[in-house]
Amino acid sequence: MQMPSPNPAILARKQALAARLLKVLPPDAVIQDEMETRAYECDALTAYKCPPLLAVLPRTTQEVSDILRICHEEGVPVVPRGAGTSLAGGALPTADCVILGVARMNEVLETDYENRIIRVQTGRTNLSVSGAVEEEDFFYAPDPSSQLACAIAGNIAMNSGGAHCLKYGVTTNNLMGVTMVMMDGTVVEIGGAHLDAGGLDLLGVICGSEGQLGVVTEATLRILRKPEGARPVLIGYDSNEVAGACVSDIIKAGVLPVAIEFMDRPCIEACEAFAKAGYPMCEALLIIEVEGSDEEIAHQLGVITEIARSHSPVELREAGDADEAGRIWLGRKSAFGAMGQINDYMCLDGTIPVSSLPFVLRRIGEMSKEFGLDVANVFHAGDGNMHPLILFDANKPGDLETCEAFGAEILKLCVEAGGCLTGEHGVGIEKRDLMLHQYSAEDLEAQLKVKDVFDPKWLLNPAKVFPLSVTEGRRSMALAAE
Amino acid sequence: MKMMTPQSEAELAEMIAGASGPLCIQGGGTRGLDVEGGVLSTRGLSGVELYEPGALTLVIKAGTPVAEVEALLAAENQRLAFEPMDCRGLLGTAGEPTIGGVIAVNVSGPRRIQTGAARDHLLGVRFVDGAGQAVKNGGRVMKNVTGYDLVKLMCGAHGTLGVLTEVSLKVLPQAEAMATVAVAGVGLSQAVAAMSAALGSPYDVTGAAYDPDSKTAFVRVEGFGASVNYRSGKLAAELADLGDTSITADGERLWQGIRDVSAFHGKDGDVWRISVKPSDAVILAPRLEAEALQFDWGGGLIWARVAEGTDLRARINVPGHATLVRARADTRSRLGVFQPQPGPLAAISEGLRRQFDPKGILNPGLMG
Repeated sequence: MQMPSPNPAILARKQALAARLLKVLPPDAVIQDEMETRAYECDALTAYKCPPLLAVLPRTTQEVSDILRICHEEGVPVVPRGAGTSLAGGALPTADCVILGVARMNEVLETDYENRIIRVQTGRTNLSVSGAVEEEDFFYAPDPSSQLACAIAGNIAMNSGGAHCLKYGVTTNNLMGVTMVMMDGTVVEIGGAHLDAGGLDLLGVICGSEGQLGVVTEATLRILRKPEGARPVLIGYDSNEVAGACVSDIIKAGVLPVAIEFMDRPCIEACEAFAKAGYPMCEALLIIEVEGSDEEIAHQLGVITEIARSHSPVELREAGDADEAGRIWLGRKSAFGAMGQINDYMCLDGTIPVSSLPFVLRRIGEMSKEFGLDVANVFHAGDGNMHPLILFDANKPGDLETCEAFGAEILKLCVEAGGCLTGEHGVGIEKRDLMLHQYSAEDLEAQLKVKDVFDPKWLLNPAKVFPLSVTEGRRSMALAAE
Repeated sequence: MKMMTPQSEAELAEMIAGASGPLCIQGGGTRGLDVEGGVLSTRGLSGVELYEPGALTLVIKAGTPVAEVEALLAAENQRLAFEPMDCRGLLGTAGEPTIGGVIAVNVSGPRRIQTGAARDHLLGVRFVDGAGQAVKNGGRVMKNVTGYDLVKLMCGAHGTLGVLTEVSLKVLPQAEAMATVAVAGVGLSQAVAAMSAALGSPYDVTGAAYDPDSKTAFVRVEGFGASVNYRSGKLAAELADLGDTSITADGERLWQGIRDVSAFHGKDGDVWRISVKPSDAVILAPRLEAEALQFDWGGGLIWARVAEGTDLRARINVPGHATLVRARADTRSRLGVFQPQPGPLAAISEGLRRQFDPKGILNPGLMG
């Protein structure tokens, strides 16, 4: 993965820059020791590493503003970092950048049940936002699988989703306002506890901009009352086509389950070996969860199982109680762990139209043979977000490269099928060079024009999202202006 | 001046590339947002590109009438869940609202509090920017974080950043049943408390409105019949402490009236639409000195009818924003249709307009 070569002029100014930052930050907030900056050399895409020039760990919006103003004046690139759980390399540093980590900004600023909002500093973890409102039976809906560790800042940067977004939406649908610091240090407030921030939907374009438009330090989030209950049903089929048709029929019947998870045979086998959840050995497994009171759950499951039966399942198992529900989810929730035990793996997250599911799975199977690497599929079937897991051996020379090439072909296939490169992980560096498969140069130019407005000097996370060749002119112009 | 009605995106792009003066971008022209300039209508860009009920997706050209979209979806028991308002009654306009107009204005009805706004159902767009360049963003799948979300940026931009030619939408199943719980004999602060309790309940409320004239708050639930009975019963019982509760099964007309603010139809005065934190409605309402008010979104959306020429924004002392929806042209130009933004945000918005509309010809001046 190519990254821009570090600017020697910046590397030479390390001491001076650290000294300037120490004038506005306490000593423990500036990390300059080479051993310690290593902690920030990568995110969850661990195949790529590069220690930053410096890392800074501010505690307040004012400190973030001071840091950005100084870096702006010095012409130093800044890579914002939440909890460092990005699977796409969104927080990968360059050697000449300052990592701005918001992990110390984790306070709850306001909880307001009457208006159903919570305001937090963005270093707070996703799960602890729900934790802060749990005593009143409320929750924050987007639930990425890294929710124990990932920060709201990163959720906003990547517009994170989760298993329950068919009903509750993704981050952008639950974000009502932000305090954001622009690269020149200006602090802006957008939206708040009222609906639909006025004027152009800047909130909408900031969410998912991968830390390239500003650093969000505080967020107003929508919280919801927990449903009375939830229960899953497990349905096994002997073909992907039939499972796909079943999902489509359920949606057409007017039922909107809170989650529809899909696993293919390789995934079922791995999960079963790992978690022993008692899954049937079949080609395709659906886990469908509905919410409500007991009666409401029973009614919805009645509609779902009737449709499922009409497609002749090899297995249909309703959860009678919490214990059975837990067992149904056990295998699915351990899918990634199961894969990790077998091998190194790369997790993709292209999205496809649900109707293309059988075709895409068949092609992935064929490509798996061509590339000589196994692949297992977990899939949010309700919204078409696939998670093919390609298994490889990091210690075997060439395997990572083969895996990446295979991954790129799968993502191109997703685009050809009418979908997109990434449903919830973001582009980062991982999918940067595939962007021209989804968008024309003109389509990308429209996106670059947005960054020009927010960050004219192209200093915020500049080497991400877009192919380096596409952004080169802008990055080098900003450099020349120094 | 003759109206321009391109029949294809390419033709539209040519017209914009060749334009030197201001253009008034129009769908059905029902939203009363005309600016000075040659009218450029999208009504020639009409028709369904793709509809997959099993995937809840619709791709449709921007000039397609909303009525056609709704009929198409209804045939499959689906709908636009964000419940777009029909502005004609309130504004006294004629014509056919288009789906592109709905999206350009980000217009959403009572269900916005539960299912989100128009922007939350918009999956992808095609548009032509002010230089005549056709651009695609987003797609037709529900989860998509590939690059910047210009889809949201275009939704609610009122045509100032580009002219929409095609939109992809997430559609949702129609509800089998609906019930409305009325809480009668309540003042505004009790009504907001009742709506807040309902919206903070686990009963999945899809509408919460208050009519100060009849002193009645309305709470809507939708879904399968048995479930609607269960939840409306629970709500009626839990809200009984706050007022006289009753349940009606047929609320179609009531909610359409709330959506379209039908209480203001044919009545004189300027009409403002104010978005605030729901509990702030109680503080704000008396300060507005309005001739009539209507509350939606649990109190967070206030419709106010006031004497002509009133600068209502000067009376607002809580965070939020106010849009001047109906007024004479001179009032609109004096007060501005949209809430002025603080300096740094205004600068970003102006920067975006300059990038996407370098000639300054797309609905110039409408948003600032």
